[in-house]
Amino acid sequence: MNLTLKIWRQAGPRHQGELVTYKVEDISEDMSFLEMLDVLNEQLNARGEEPIAFDSDCREGICGMCGLMISGEAHGPERTTTCQLHMRSFHDGEVITIEPWRANAFPVIKDLVVDRGAFDRIIQAGGYVSVNTGAAPDAHATPVPKPHADRAFVAAECIGCGACVAACPNASAMLFTGAKVTHLSELPQGQPERMARVVSMVEQHDAEGFGGCTNVGACSAACPKGIPQDVISTLNKDLRAALRA
Amino acid sequence: MARRTTVGLKLLMAVTGLLFVGYLLLHMYGNLRALAGEEAFNGYAEHLRTFGEPMLPYGGLLWVVRIVLVLSLVGHAYSAFALWSRAGSARRTKYAAVKTAMRTAWMRWGGVFLLLFLVWHLLQFTVVKFSVNPDEQGAAVTQNPYELVVASFQVPWNTLIYVLAMVALAFHLSHGAFSAQQTLGWTMTASAYRRAKIIGHSLAAVIVGGFLIPPLAILFGLIP
Amino acid sequence: MTDTTVNAGIAHGLYAEGEPVADTKAPAGPISQKWTQRQFDAALVNPANRRKLDVIIVGTGLAGGSAAATLGEAGYNVKVFCFQDSPRRAHSIAAQGGINAAKNYKEDGDSVYRLFYDTVKGGDYRSRETNVYRLAEVSANIIDQCVAQGVPFAREYGGLLDNRSFGGVQVSRTFYARGQTGQQLLIGAYQALERQVAAGTVTQYTRHEMLELVVADGRARGIVVRDLVTGEIETHLADAVVLGSGGYGNVFFLSTNAMGSNVTATWRAHRKGAYMANPCYTQIHPTCIPVSGEHQSKLTLMSESLRNDGRIWVPKSREDCDKDPRQIPEEDRDYYLERIYPSFGNLVPRDIASRQAKNVCDEGRGVGPMVGDFRRGVYLDFADAIGRLGKAAVEAKYGNLFDMYQRITGENPYEVPMRIYPAVHYVMGGLWVDYDLQSTIPGLFVIGEANFSDHGANRLGASALMQGLADGYFVLPNTIRDYLAKGPFEPLAPDSPAVAEAQRSVEERTARLLEINGERSVDSFHKELGAVMWEYCGMERTEEGLLKAIDLIRGLREEFWRNVRVLGAADTLNQSLEKAGRVADFLELGELMCIDALHRRESCGGHFRAESQTEDGEAMRHDDQFLYVAAWEFGGGEGLGDTGQPVLHKEDLAYEAIELKQRSYK
Repeated sequence: MNLTLKIWRQAGPRHQGELVTYKVEDISEDMSFLEMLDVLNEQLNARGEEPIAFDSDCREGICGMCGLMISGEAHGPERTTTCQLHMRSFHDGEVITIEPWRANAFPVIKDLVVDRGAFDRIIQAGGYVSVNTGAAPDAHATPVPKPHADRAFVAAECIGCGACVAACPNASAMLFTGAKVTHLSELPQGQPERMARVVSMVEQHDAEGFGGCTNVGACSAACPKGIPQDVISTLNKDLRAALRA
Repeated sequence: MARRTTVGLKLLMAVTGLLFVGYLLLHMYGNLRALAGEEAFNGYAEHLRTFGEPMLPYGGLLWVVRIVLVLSLVGHAYSAFALWSRAGSARRTKYAAVKTAMRTAWMRWGGVFLLLFLVWHLLQFTVVKFSVNPDEQGAAVTQNPYELVVASFQVPWNTLIYVLAMVALAFHLSHGAFSAQQTLGWTMTASAYRRAKIIGHSLAAVIVGGFLIPPLAILFGLIP
Repeated sequence: MTDTTVNAGIAHGLYAEGEPVADTKAPAGPISQKWTQRQFDAALVNPANRRKLDVIIVGTGLAGGSAAATLGEAGYNVKVFCFQDSPRRAHSIAAQGGINAAKNYKEDGDSVYRLFYDTVKGGDYRSRETNVYRLAEVSANIIDQCVAQGVPFAREYGGLLDNRSFGGVQVSRTFYARGQTGQQLLIGAYQALERQVAAGTVTQYTRHEMLELVVADGRARGIVVRDLVTGEIETHLADAVVLGSGGYGNVFFLSTNAMGSNVTATWRAHRKGAYMANPCYTQIHPTCIPVSGEHQSKLTLMSESLRNDGRIWVPKSREDCDKDPRQIPEEDRDYYLERIYPSFGNLVPRDIASRQAKNVCDEGRGVGPMVGDFRRGVYLDFADAIGRLGKAAVEAKYGNLFDMYQRITGENPYEVPMRIYPAVHYVMGGLWVDYDLQSTIPGLFVIGEANFSDHGANRLGASALMQGLADGYFVLPNTIRDYLAKGPFEPLAPDSPAVAEAQRSVEERTARLLEINGERSVDSFHKELGAVMWEYCGMERTEEGLLKAIDLIRGLREEFWRNVRVLGAADTLNQSLEKAGRVADFLELGELMCIDALHRRESCGGHFRAESQTEDGEAMRHDDQFLYVAAWEFGGGEGLGDTGQPVLHKEDLAYEAIELKQRSYK
């Protein structure tokens, strides 16, 4: 298939960017979206133009490194990561707009690459259980009821790609933050720090400049792992409990 | 401070929103009394003022309600505008191609419209009490709640404003009532989440339906 | 039988042989007491002195991440580096299956000794007993630690942890978190690491790539990195350097490794004097999704559990290869594994399943699209299983894998047989380390997949995660203190010769890559190298093929430094430049892998050497000649791309706790 691509090019963090139009031809529908960009980059390199910078690493949908806004949809039209999106989801002659995640908390580094360091800092604010190596009791010392273990797992599936922020009309990172809060709140190991954790993580979330949540659910709809909205509810409940405490 | 966070703001919005929902249900009940005739409607209005006597002075409860509502309105609007402005600065560079949910826009612009309507509505029926009906003027109309309501909604453009406001209210409530439950953390399972959505839609349908019946009945001459 | 004294490698002047090398750190005594003894013998560092000791850790996967967190907790001053944008993205995250631990929660006869035994046997008797025993010993602590961190392992209804049997072992000792065990373990280590970042004991440098090791007075004292965002070349100094930079499977271009996985950190250390051990030992996984065309950038693994119910076949005749498989009648199908190995059938070990798949494809009986000259794929057919168990049961067992397959290939595996093909998945080779995980350069420690020590010639399933976390949480923090207790070392001046030299070499290499401005892209070299490695240094190797490969790689390397085109600038994010530096190192490593494979004239583990087989074509090991670790010293080349003549140092392997056996699957 032949495609027209409008791709955001931006030389550096402080440069002005713009959409540049490229044509690609003979794209196989078995290619992944990023392989299509690889093909374009090889052509650009051959023409002496600098290739387009974009992030990707595992290319099997688990590391969370890739992430593009594809014609207005985070990770494109399917519920998956950009690296697992294949060209059979597009049709011959289509015009595709490719932009980086847009959020002030995710500044553009170059072209389609953004800085998601804010997510690390939210985790640093409390997204952990304080247990030093070697200080752990036997793994069977505390049984965890299966429903709690399962819900913790669903929340823990977050890959930190940032699609939730990209898709949110408020550029809020509540789904990301809520997923970590829920993961740890569901487990007995997460209880001692439960209240302090949620307050600290939400404060960091706000300090990074993310917007507030308005519960519209665009985040969950874009999430490649299908993290549900109810993790935000858990965060809200924990924060409310922390306010009372 | 946790209270100042975006989640704190949302909690404020949720609680004040729920107070409004309670008030709307009460208000809707009063409006529907109009279907039972002048005596029932005016009697209800009078009863609101004598409620709690002699523990409360005449109109005392009403003032309590008014104060709570005004404070709620201030809190609700404050958190809304704070979150709105935050969202604006959280994404200064907009997408060239957008396919995002419109509900947030509905809430915000719909909320602004509702605020304007509220001013108009209070001026018309509570603060100034004036009739927009050229055929029904004078103190006999403006000082009689039932007469003022009937006279006002016989005027098609006035009813149209009301209907538009109710459409905005429907959107606002269906998302808002759900959203408040989510913000309060009552939706921690998939089924609770679905239930909250249904409650949101149902409340919107009941309240807006209830509010629309009297004016439309007046416009179409079902209430003389 | 061949004689090592006339080994082809030596005969062709490809390498020289040096003095033997041996581990001196494992204490004497019974194997079960060695680790306890070593922890006691290793010097302690006074808690008050720890913050004066700087440790650099490169890589934030299971090994690097857990080591950084643990050393931070202990109070050392840690700097941790990764090339990704967050420590959470290291490639450990992609491991699906599970993690072994000798917990014996199932009371099915498991023990530390059995896990040790299975690991050594799985490694085809080419790993070091002492290290493997310790690995099995600390395995149980890993599970305790991870559960305490909140890693959501699968649980039973009673609330206790679930286990399964994995990779053909007969006990259920594998802990798992659906198909995302690596992700969950890594997030656990990442969270522990971020906790230390918040506490100020660890400083994290993301989007930083190590490009050189600083060695001063014979000690590893720091690294030179490139800030991938600004392009700045920075030098970081410390009292010890730890490499947890993962494996080099991407030398094959197509592998299941992440796009950025590379050898640069370990290769640069190798060039500075660290021995590289058993570089030719790679693990090839039989159940990957086949290549769909020339554009393919990486391969995706599917859990091997698919072979429990799927039947593997190809058409008997080439003419049927492009037909719809459902139209090929039963009598025209060749269920080759069931035919050749009637007792194990489709469940033969990874290396045999992989090699036979390549054989039938090389015969021209592969299926799927033509890639290059032939079709690279065999059928993995679930029609029988669906008929026997019902579609619902198959879906319950393999639903997520079938979905993944369908998303990538666009084919529905419930209707059409899956196509699979082997792919490089893991490397057992890596920098040589002693019992303390210290390389031949004092102060340079190597952990996880980056070292060579625990898996011998083939890795047991669900053991990679175990080794990464064992090294990072429990082994390294206890052994490195013996070294750090001698510190803090004399501060190095920024303009000292060792620092200046390391920095200059990085700057020169970067500048050179940008100024060549030739005709070919970095990827085109990488693909060509990968094809050579896969063909001649993959599952089956011959002397002739390896000699040819060495020639081809040398030619390619020479062309690379003359004809590569890297656009853009050095002082900005430049992904072509990053790739170019990595491929340049792969071009050197590839040759050493071929030399190592050439010199090891035996079939062992996953490596079939055509000249070393039994009468019925099965792998034949030569314990009499090759019961050793091949540790390679850099040949001392000076210029860019010059590798000199590597020197082989042998570490003899002694099996005292386990009896040597030849394996058989017929």
